[in-house]
Amino acid sequence: MTTIHHSPGVYLTIAAFLFAAGVYGLLRRRTLIGMLIAGELIFSAASLNFMTFNRFLAPDPAVGQVFVLFIMGLAAAEVAIALSIIIAVYRNYRSINPKELSELNG
Amino acid sequence: MNAFPGAEHFAAVIFVVVMATALGGALIAVSTTRIIRSVCGLALCCMGLAGLYYFLNSPFLALMEILIYVGAVCVTIVFAVMLAEPDEPPVGRKSWGARLWGAGALLASLLVFAALTRLGADMPWASAPVERVTDGSVPVLGVALLSTYSLAFEMISLVLLVAILGALVIARPGRSNP
Repeated sequence: MTTIHHSPGVYLTIAAFLFAAGVYGLLRRRTLIGMLIAGELIFSAASLNFMTFNRFLAPDPAVGQVFVLFIMGLAAAEVAIALSIIIAVYRNYRSINPKELSELNG
Repeated sequence: MNAFPGAEHFAAVIFVVVMATALGGALIAVSTTRIIRSVCGLALCCMGLAGLYYFLNSPFLALMEILIYVGAVCVTIVFAVMLAEPDEPPVGRKSWGARLWGAGALLASLLVFAALTRLGADMPWASAPVERVTDGSVPVLGVALLSTYSLAFEMISLVLLVAILGALVIARPGRSNP
């Protein structure tokens, strides 16, 4: 008996939705923090995909979990760096709207 | 085998709730105007993802997801929201370009979603898992982290240290005493 939570297709569809939402947010947002949040959604989609294949198809279920842990660590590091950059940008420009950060835009 | 009848249906209901939490959180995260609501959507989405990880036989990752994403990432973003003022500019009358750009973004993401879903649905995934060599429990995970993946483990701690120092160095200059 296959129920809804025992089929890989459901998880893959959720991951695809998260990825699509992340792409949409990345394209539509006009603030740096909003784009960062959309990026986090894309990270989550990748992690969910890894965990799906880890659960259903991998011979060693520890591998995917270790990989997802590393993704989480890298995402945390990325967020720390990105937010400090955003705060530095805000201090210099009084804005974090990407359209206004155009000093080099001839 | 089950402790009580209907356990499977109960699990299915919980799964649907968790799935709706993840999907709804993602929608809130990308569609609201105020950034603080967007952060709350991200936290909601991560709670749902933690539940999904639980369904994928990994309670450890579920706890880590809550601890790292909800507890660290979202809180850090909230701090940044308080330091900067990142709300989307108020929209009186949207220009045609902005509308067109939003529609294009929606179309692109819908295309991505349709393509990925089609790909995942059409692929003949193996129904039965191959021979398992471990059970993927927390002790196995710990042994793997400190034996097979010890170099990567050390590297990630180094990356985190460098990230903390880099964040301090980047955010420090420009501050002056009041």
